[in-house]
Amino acid sequence: MEPAGIVLISHSAKVAEGIKEIIHQVAKDVPIELAGGTNDGRIGTDVEKIQTAIERAHTDSGVLLIYDLGSAMMNAEVAVEMSEFDDIEIANAPLLEGAYVAAVESGMGKSLAQVKLAAERALQED
Amino acid sequence: MELTAHDIITWMKKTNEKIQSNKEHLTSLDQAVGDGDHGINMARGFKEVVVKLEDTSYESVSDALKDTAMTLMSKVGGAAGPLYGTAFLKLSTSLKGKSADYTHFLNGLEESLAGLKQRGKSQEGEKTLIDVWSPVIEKMKESDDFDASLLKHTAGDSMEKTKDIKATKGRASYLGDRSIGHLDPGSVSSFYVFEALAETIEGGR
Repeated sequence: MEPAGIVLISHSAKVAEGIKEIIHQVAKDVPIELAGGTNDGRIGTDVEKIQTAIERAHTDSGVLLIYDLGSAMMNAEVAVEMSEFDDIEIANAPLLEGAYVAAVESGMGKSLAQVKLAAERALQED
Repeated sequence: MELTAHDIITWMKKTNEKIQSNKEHLTSLDQAVGDGDHGINMARGFKEVVVKLEDTSYESVSDALKDTAMTLMSKVGGAAGPLYGTAFLKLSTSLKGKSADYTHFLNGLEESLAGLKQRGKSQEGEKTLIDVWSPVIEKMKESDDFDASLLKHTAGDSMEKTKDIKATKGRASYLGDRSIGHLDPGSVSSFYVFEALAETIEGGR
């Protein structure tokens, strides 16, 4: 099985790019795709961008979406509902920390459910 | 009375006109409680909707509404895209294969409202566009045919009432009590949607 892919959905293209840079240091083999900003380069999120990123990041282990603010979540949900894949999960996690932990877990070959759980627990101390 | 595909196009054109001429108003309302992009986002989205609808010929109300929904989802950018997109998509799905008579249309609007609540994980009283959609639909249930003046007044009054609500959803919720005293921008754009529907029913242009 390939590692589960990750899609970073942010209102800002720069935020998404910056987070990918950070993650790339620790997880080089995990597909990470970006859906940052709108199609015309403004602050916001875009369903089509998210759909494209999902298609690129998807592997046989599925794909995890992580988002930054409310409307990004709504657009993520719309993209999931429109997608033909049924192995897409949306993590309710902080974008940077969640995606970082998710990428590490995915790189270790964890299942999509485990990767999602790890992302959602990213800020928990244990 | 029964709405035709042509009426849907008229409805969206009128909505677009109102949004274009109130773009600055929507923007300043959103600057007070949100991220300030509602006017620009709605103006761009509805402009594209009109381009799409004028460019296509429609056999059914459902098809025209579906293109409206898909265009809004892909062109709006802010929270309004998925919300209005979902509302019109639910209306479209509900009217598929049916005539848009009052009963069918009202049933469709109820589906839209359910879609808005589900998409926004929101209820009435949280200072969102639901505070216009919900009372309008409740009021429509008391009537058995389209009533333009009822639509306008209910939508207008409901929009005004959002001023007194404290936001608990969306970007405005970060402001807490400071959101009180401001109109909810989404409720104002929803007022334009229903006002445009009322004018379509009145048969203007």
